[in-house]
Amino acid sequence: MDTDARPDMPMVRFDQVTKRYGDLVVLDRLDLEVAAGETVTIIGPSGSGKTTVLRTLMTLEPVDGGVIHVDGEPLTHMERGGRLVPADRRHLRRMRGKIGMCFQQFNLFPHMTALENCMEGPVHVLGMSRAEARARAEELLEKVGMADKRDEIPARLSGGQQQRVAIARALAMRPRVMLFDEVTSALDPEVIGEVTRVIRALVNEHQLTMLMVTHQIGFAREISDRICFFDGGRIEEQGPPAELLDNPRKPRTRQFLSAVLDAH
Amino acid sequence: MIDWRWDFTLEILPRLAIATGQTLLAALLGYAIALVLGLLLAVARRTPWRAANAAIRELVEMVRSTPLVLQVFFVFYVGPQFGIRLSPWTAGMIAIGVHYASYLAEVYRGAIDSVPKGQWEAAKSLNIGPWRTWTGIVLPQAVSPAVPGLGNYAVGILKDTPILSVIGVAELMHTANAIGAESYRYLEPFTLVGLIFLLLSLPAAAAARFIERRVRARLGVIS
Repeated sequence: MDTDARPDMPMVRFDQVTKRYGDLVVLDRLDLEVAAGETVTIIGPSGSGKTTVLRTLMTLEPVDGGVIHVDGEPLTHMERGGRLVPADRRHLRRMRGKIGMCFQQFNLFPHMTALENCMEGPVHVLGMSRAEARARAEELLEKVGMADKRDEIPARLSGGQQQRVAIARALAMRPRVMLFDEVTSALDPEVIGEVTRVIRALVNEHQLTMLMVTHQIGFAREISDRICFFDGGRIEEQGPPAELLDNPRKPRTRQFLSAVLDAH
Repeated sequence: MIDWRWDFTLEILPRLAIATGQTLLAALLGYAIALVLGLLLAVARRTPWRAANAAIRELVEMVRSTPLVLQVFFVFYVGPQFGIRLSPWTAGMIAIGVHYASYLAEVYRGAIDSVPKGQWEAAKSLNIGPWRTWTGIVLPQAVSPAVPGLGNYAVGILKDTPILSVIGVAELMHTANAIGAESYRYLEPFTLVGLIFLLLSLPAAAAARFIERRVRARLGVIS
């Protein structure tokens, strides 16, 4: 499948994207490309626009300038009569189907069991039969090691367990791009490993394109093809983990890394 | 010395029993209108269309800030000047239904606001459409926080039905008043009306508390 992906075409491309909250510029003419199948991690100080990259990509926030492309098509805009106009609802819904997201606070639906959480999208969005959606949800819960808890509601699960269900829920929609927004930040230290294990397995076996924001530098080093250091709404420096983390060129990167690594 | 006459009491009981039925009917109908209309108002407050949002907010505020009895009079007596001629029952149900809808809209709104923003975002990230997001994700979670408020107003609407007597709806208050006017005896009918309201309100409040506990329990630890 997915042989239609053009190898020359990045899966995700931010083209001069600007995002403001009032006077505060969170993304400042950002250019960012992520190749199909690539795993890219964004690190940087808080307020540097890391999370906003993921949120604009998931269309949770509109952009104020520039264009985001996904899978060779504009996401925030659409072509009409040879011109780019802001995307309408239908276009957004079609494009959104290519993207999945996991959140810091999990955001599982509290009134549904783990299994129902994973069936909700497939049944009500993809139009799958309940039997088909159930089989797929069970398979994915198995994969994240949550098969035995499939009939529990989120309140009865630990943070790590909830996050693993949330990953299965996002995967059930068969996204091309997965976004992980500080998915281990709200977890107790002893359960972080069970979530990172699941993400690591995804990197290895899927053709997924992954974009991740994390404070766990060690984990980022291990799974990323590339790490981007964000500062002031732009990429200050980027490169393969070994390069960026061990030989940062920019003083700002060095300063951030030493502060973060000291804290650990 | 209190002059309580048991024979008179027994004689008026059947009429008051019928009127009790009318009171209950008025409360239930009015509440049903308020439940549905209030929900529509609360959901409409969330639409991205600013003008509609502001218009509904002001309307709700206006209805909440003026007396119910005035609204009942207004619908019944002023309506005909605009060619809207309604029976006491219809006018009464519209007035009390809209009045309580404006209260319930606020209850719903509070409950809807208590659903975390992350739930909307999760729904959006799964590409779930607006209808399913409301009916499958947000409203089910809003039920639990809405129940106490909804219960209070159920008892409230029951106790406000006597206002309908002013336009001639033959509920308890109206009937008791009529009995008094015919027999010049007010002690028994009004005492009985008071007792009947107590007998109706107390179980209603208990039922509301029971439903509240049930809903909480069904949703597990979430509150």
